Amino acid sequence: MTKSDTPMGTKGLSRRAVLAGGAALTASLFAPKGLRAQDFPTAAVNTTGLAVTDDTVTIGILHSVTGTMAISETGSVQAEKLAIEQINAQGGILGRKIEYVQEDGGSDWPTFAEKAKKLLVQDKVASVMGCWTSASRKAVLPVFEQYNGMLYYPTFYEGLEESPNVIYTGQEATQQIIAGLDWVNKTKGAKSFYLLGSDYIWPRTSNKIARKHIENFMDGCKVVGEDYYPLGHTQFNSVINKIRLKKPDVIYAIVVGGSNVAFYKQLKAAGIDMTKEDPILLTISVTEDEIRGIGGENIDGAYACMKYFQSLDNPNNAEFVTAFKEMWGDDIVIGDVTQAAYLGPWLWKAAVEKAGSFDVDKVREASPGIELPTAPEGYVKIHENHHLWSKTRVGHAKADGQYEVVYETAELVEPDPFPEGYQ
Amino acid sequence: MFSDYTASELGAIFAMQGFAGLILFSVFVLMALGLAIIFGQMGVINMAHGEFMILGAYVTYLLSNFFADYIPALFSMYFFLAMLCAFVASGALGLLVEWALIRHLYKRPLDTLLATWGLSLILQQIYRSVFGAREVGVTIPDWMMGSLPLTDMIEIPINGIFVMVLAVSISIAVYVMMYRSRWGQQVRAINNNRQMADAVGINTAWTDRMTFAIGCGVAGVAGSAFTMIGSTGPTAGQQYIVDTFLVVVFGGAGSLLGTIASAFSISQAQSIMEFFLSGSMAKVLTLLTVVCILMLRPQGLFTLKLRK
Repeated sequence: MTKSDTPMGTKGLSRRAVLAGGAALTASLFAPKGLRAQDFPTAAVNTTGLAVTDDTVTIGILHSVTGTMAISETGSVQAEKLAIEQINAQGGILGRKIEYVQEDGGSDWPTFAEKAKKLLVQDKVASVMGCWTSASRKAVLPVFEQYNGMLYYPTFYEGLEESPNVIYTGQEATQQIIAGLDWVNKTKGAKSFYLLGSDYIWPRTSNKIARKHIENFMDGCKVVGEDYYPLGHTQFNSVINKIRLKKPDVIYAIVVGGSNVAFYKQLKAAGIDMTKEDPILLTISVTEDEIRGIGGENIDGAYACMKYFQSLDNPNNAEFVTAFKEMWGDDIVIGDVTQAAYLGPWLWKAAVEKAGSFDVDKVREASPGIELPTAPEGYVKIHENHHLWSKTRVGHAKADGQYEVVYETAELVEPDPFPEGYQ
Repeated sequence: MFSDYTASELGAIFAMQGFAGLILFSVFVLMALGLAIIFGQMGVINMAHGEFMILGAYVTYLLSNFFADYIPALFSMYFFLAMLCAFVASGALGLLVEWALIRHLYKRPLDTLLATWGLSLILQQIYRSVFGAREVGVTIPDWMMGSLPLTDMIEIPINGIFVMVLAVSISIAVYVMMYRSRWGQQVRAINNNRQMADAVGINTAWTDRMTFAIGCGVAGVAGSAFTMIGSTGPTAGQQYIVDTFLVVVFGGAGSLLGTIASAFSISQAQSIMEFFLSGSMAKVLTLLTVVCILMLRPQGLFTLKLRK
């Protein structure tokens, strides 16, 4: 992988140049904070031998751009590159431009571990933006802890983890699940739930939390069925019949990957019209990215619960969506994880500037309490447990492939990776 | 689990469940026919079968975009043309692959496994570079996506009927080609005894090439049809490859009837078990049963009587 990956050939390059130029202009007009490299001598900001020079700092990007997971991880890479570019256009971090080394995890977990080691040991990167699946995160975790690196992990995930070497910029399971279930219960009067998922750790843990919440904390509500299908399963007619038989108020679906497409197409073909909300379909696994594969007309009327939707109406997000489209093309869509990946470089920048140092230990110490009022999703803040305080939102899928935000929590939801009473 | 329901509800569910089994059966037949020709008749272990299917799916995607942009008036009918183009495109790629790769390996059938596996990786990466890593959305004409309400309770998906009709017609076409045409006779002769077929004047090289191309073409049609029920992405072909080999091997390589019988038994077993057990468990039990039967009967359900 080269450091000078151009996003879309020469066309993209010119777009990028325009963008960087524009951002630089804005930066000079509005007088940046003016952190100059000479105020922060390299010897002082880097006592642990990281790849920091007088005018650059190197970080790593570690995602799959080949293999199965490339479908999902491409958006994260694009968001991280955009954030890096914007930070550089504003003058970088402590007066230093960010350079990146991009490695390909190839959708293969041992490869992730190997590349993580390469980034930390050979390239001496100051931080790494990377991973997507829980399996890849678990594979690199020992490497980050052994060589004391810092990983910014973007995906919503099952929780049950809290590493000093990871900042989790996506939501953990309770943040994503509980608010959505309460919402569908209160506003739609839903009482019975059918839980459905792909068969691996994230859907199973998430459904476990959902079941506990439904049975213990929601009055008069019950789970009428729970089912898992292997990853890549493409035939859902039998489960659709089971759902018809059980007549739940809500289908709670955590189907992922190619199965997603099969599931929603077959649901529609079986005559279950989600716009009639009988039953209501509530999912936590379909972002705008996935809808491109599923087809907006096939998921029209479903509800999704996560922290970010491209249609969010606030000035931060408007700016983010415009910049993202300028860099990567007009027809691109932005999902929840893509936005979370975009937060990574910014949160790291804020922590480095607060610590006045690139040293991983100092960055870690400075991280809790870091606020990012410029986040596209709105204000976020790093919790003591390295997850983010964030709002949870419910989106209503429309035929054009976008969500309309119909609900958001009044307060920031506290991250709780080890929820009591849910295990 | 059935005590809470009325007789009519149960009747409706069983009817729909029976239909779900038939749809799964048709899907299996469609997946397996191309491979049954290539693996069954030629002995080539084509690991790239899924990628030939996905080529068909991408052709469908391109045509759906083309019709939506340029001839929206005919959009509702584009699917038939798409299946034809998928057949031609996958068949043409098959022709090329046979010429460049497979024909050098007829004497080493096990090596075809490695070669075609490599081919499948190459094709996946080509799809990724050309169409992007993300899945593409194929817009299906509205009339193909709804369901037919037979009674208040029973609804039959139209795309299921479509897949069934397609599976039956392609099966008949393959049967006629294999067992009622001169070309089929030659293919079976080569399968029986290649040297003797050569000696009596059959153009084995050309017959092999056409057989492989037709097998791939049928895979392309299946891929095109599956855009209605599944996803279209660079690695989507991998979702089908295991089931496909399962059906062909279980049925007995070389027997068209075996393939159909095996598709029927696997799909019915799976769909019934999925209804009573969880999805993953149904899959485990299906695979376990197939393994046990294959241990007792390694040649599969049906075999050709051959003098070896």
